Amino acid sequence: MTDSSTVAKSADQAAVRSRRLRTAFAALGMLPVLVLLAIGFQFINPRFLTGTNLLIVSQQSSINIVLAAGMTFVILTGGIDLSVGSILAASAMVAVLVSLVPDWGMLGIPAAILLGLGFGVINGLLVAYIKLPPFIVTLGSLTAVRGVARLLGEDTTVFNSDLPFDFIGNGSLFGIPWLVIIALTVVVLSWLVLKRTVLGTWIYAVGGNAEAARLTGIKVPLVLLFVYGVSGLLAGLGGVMSAARLYAANGLQLGQSYELDAIAAVILGGTSFVGGVGSIWGTLIGGLIIAVLSNGLILAGVSDIWQYIIKGLVIIVAVALDRYRLQAGART
Amino acid sequence: MSAAAHVEAPQRPVLEMRHISKTFGPVRALQDVSLTVNAGELHALMGENGAGKSTLMKVLSGAYRPDAGGEILIDGAPVATGDPIKARAQGIAVIYQELSLAPNLTVAQNIFLGNEPRRFGIVDRDQCNRRAKEIIERLGVSFSARALVSSLSLGERQLVEIARALSTSARIIVMDEPTTSLTSRETDRLFEVIATLKAQGIAIIYISHRMEEVYQLADRVSVLRDSGYVGTLQRADLNASRLVSMMVGRDLSAFYKKDHRPPDSQRRVALSVRGMSDGGLLKDCSFDLYHGEVLALAGLVGSGRTELARLIFGADRRSAGTLELDGKPIAIASPREALEAGIAYLTEDRKELGLFLDMSISDNINMGVLAKDARAGGFRDFTAADRRAAKAVADLSIRARSAQANAGSLSGGNQQKVLLARLLETEPKVVILDEPTRGVDVGAKSEIYRLIDSLAGRGIAILMISSELPEVIGVADRVLVMRDGAIAGEVTASEGRPLRQEEIMELATGAAQEGPTR
Repeated sequence: MTDSSTVAKSADQAAVRSRRLRTAFAALGMLPVLVLLAIGFQFINPRFLTGTNLLIVSQQSSINIVLAAGMTFVILTGGIDLSVGSILAASAMVAVLVSLVPDWGMLGIPAAILLGLGFGVINGLLVAYIKLPPFIVTLGSLTAVRGVARLLGEDTTVFNSDLPFDFIGNGSLFGIPWLVIIALTVVVLSWLVLKRTVLGTWIYAVGGNAEAARLTGIKVPLVLLFVYGVSGLLAGLGGVMSAARLYAANGLQLGQSYELDAIAAVILGGTSFVGGVGSIWGTLIGGLIIAVLSNGLILAGVSDIWQYIIKGLVIIVAVALDRYRLQAGART
Repeated sequence: MSAAAHVEAPQRPVLEMRHISKTFGPVRALQDVSLTVNAGELHALMGENGAGKSTLMKVLSGAYRPDAGGEILIDGAPVATGDPIKARAQGIAVIYQELSLAPNLTVAQNIFLGNEPRRFGIVDRDQCNRRAKEIIERLGVSFSARALVSSLSLGERQLVEIARALSTSARIIVMDEPTTSLTSRETDRLFEVIATLKAQGIAIIYISHRMEEVYQLADRVSVLRDSGYVGTLQRADLNASRLVSMMVGRDLSAFYKKDHRPPDSQRRVALSVRGMSDGGLLKDCSFDLYHGEVLALAGLVGSGRTELARLIFGADRRSAGTLELDGKPIAIASPREALEAGIAYLTEDRKELGLFLDMSISDNINMGVLAKDARAGGFRDFTAADRRAAKAVADLSIRARSAQANAGSLSGGNQQKVLLARLLETEPKVVILDEPTRGVDVGAKSEIYRLIDSLAGRGIAILMISSELPEVIGVADRVLVMRDGAIAGEVTASEGRPLRQEEIMELATGAAQEGPTR
């Protein structure tokens, strides 16, 4: 009798302990994973934790973080945007093509961003007002916009060796690359919108319970239009960044499967796939984890093929973690 | 011989739970609770939310192990505790609120899920179907063992769960709020099945908040309060005030509160509804709602009450009908427009349609007025939000760790108060409450009645949908009764002649129309 009760008691204690552990884990998010990865790679290759390499990592992660910031908005509403890679390609094409116009080259930046916004708004209209499933809509635009990107350059690579806004891709301000500054600015602005504005609270509400949001008087379609618009706009910005880095754009190859990296960053960052729960800081960490993985695996001499396999496994583990986190927040 | 059996059989305890306590860390969920259930008896278990009913049933089903000193006896012999598989083998089956069937399998497959009859190691489908058919016939119900569960109604699915319990030769079946999502016809069917089960000597432990059901079904009622056992009443001793005071632990003479003065001849129409139709169930519904009155919308489940409320609120599309608010025609095409006009609606399904469970209590309360409070540039005014939340938490006595806690962490009654707070923040002139006390414990119920009364006292017009007739009688000034999507009639109280349940039921069931019923 005493035996069984002690067993029961210790089982209860274990349950309490594991619940505490989970709560702490949910609060800290994936930061410890990032730190552990960095330390691990440092052991394998001491060149990893050097100023130069960290700058490279942050630069490499910047475009993905910008895309992932937009993706965070979309996934917070319980949606998905598969078209960001294609939109990035089309916008980069426009950026380079417009930059070739004499004297008006700088207009490549707004042109690219507006094109991205336009595609995002089309996605948003279809999801919000025609009420089509986001997966289907953006799967369609993934293909269609890729076609547009190829059409824009007549299926060739377009160059501009004298790109007027090449500082974005290759310049620095006070030693910090512009790419990194842009990415961090996007993250901070996203945080402001999500956590400090009425619209941000509505985004969480729509993702948490869309029907309740409607019955509370929230304009649900407008919120959805906004998040897909933001995702498209940031994909357009990603196109500018990418064009500025490469002095070139190719409608066929650029941005292939970028949407998957962006989704992976968001999910790694702890944003729930069903919507309503998550944060932009998590996405930042998720994006950095992916960049650290790529960079560290290269430094560790892992072959390209194995990098794919490892990255894929990380996405699966991320979804498993998402489940675990949801359980931590589970209500009794 | 048969006389002796007759005397003995109903009195034989099949289940005894003795001195059951259960602690989780510092929290005492059950304290020395004992319960005896006889074969062939329906033993109702009542108590407020959090009184310990679910914990007791989890101890019974083996999900929890009781603290040392507690024991469970079946047929007088102690049995192992804390082991769900052994509990099932001992004949204990629990039918939970959330049904746990696989919709794409047949009835027979579901009945034997995890317990399939086998031959040579392979599932014996013929035997499976045959035995399922026997069990279904035993229940006296009409669907086929080969039907897909997805093709069955909620009520029929519940019967499949019961069939599953019978397939494991259950002798004690626990039903936790089994009628919550059933239509009245399905409820009747369930009650017939319950009678059949009892006749076969099966003991039923029945958890319910609905007094009506308990009166109708129970042989005995045991009440839990604050994790402890309060007492057991025999069927002959059942009465509402006694049960309620056992559950609440205080005298509930003022359980329902009607202090506001019902509007008199000077009354002003707040909301005038004319010719509301939805092109389906609802047909030409018209009525007036006055300032300062509580108008109940009664009727059977499925009579169109919620549908009418949602139509008025603009949540669904209407095919015909007009609204006037304070004498002025208003066009309402969406909930937002209704809220802007001053009409607020409390949903009957707070988890699915009301709350943002992962968001804070404060956000939930403020959700309807965020735009109104916003600073320039659409930035949120968190000071205003905190102030509103703190005031609402105090005014409605919402019990929570903090206003920043998730709404999902609250009990049913407190969640309901959060929704009421959200609704009141929009400063409505007309409030539509859809089953405002559903799934809410007795204490919170009483508080909600007080709130309704004080709102009416402030001149707000209240339309209250309720399936509990005592609540309708206790709270409303006037009752509209719906039947088959139309307003069947109105029941009013007058001097010295209070509202009567019988009148409402006659209208709701159509008994009054179909001529002599007695």
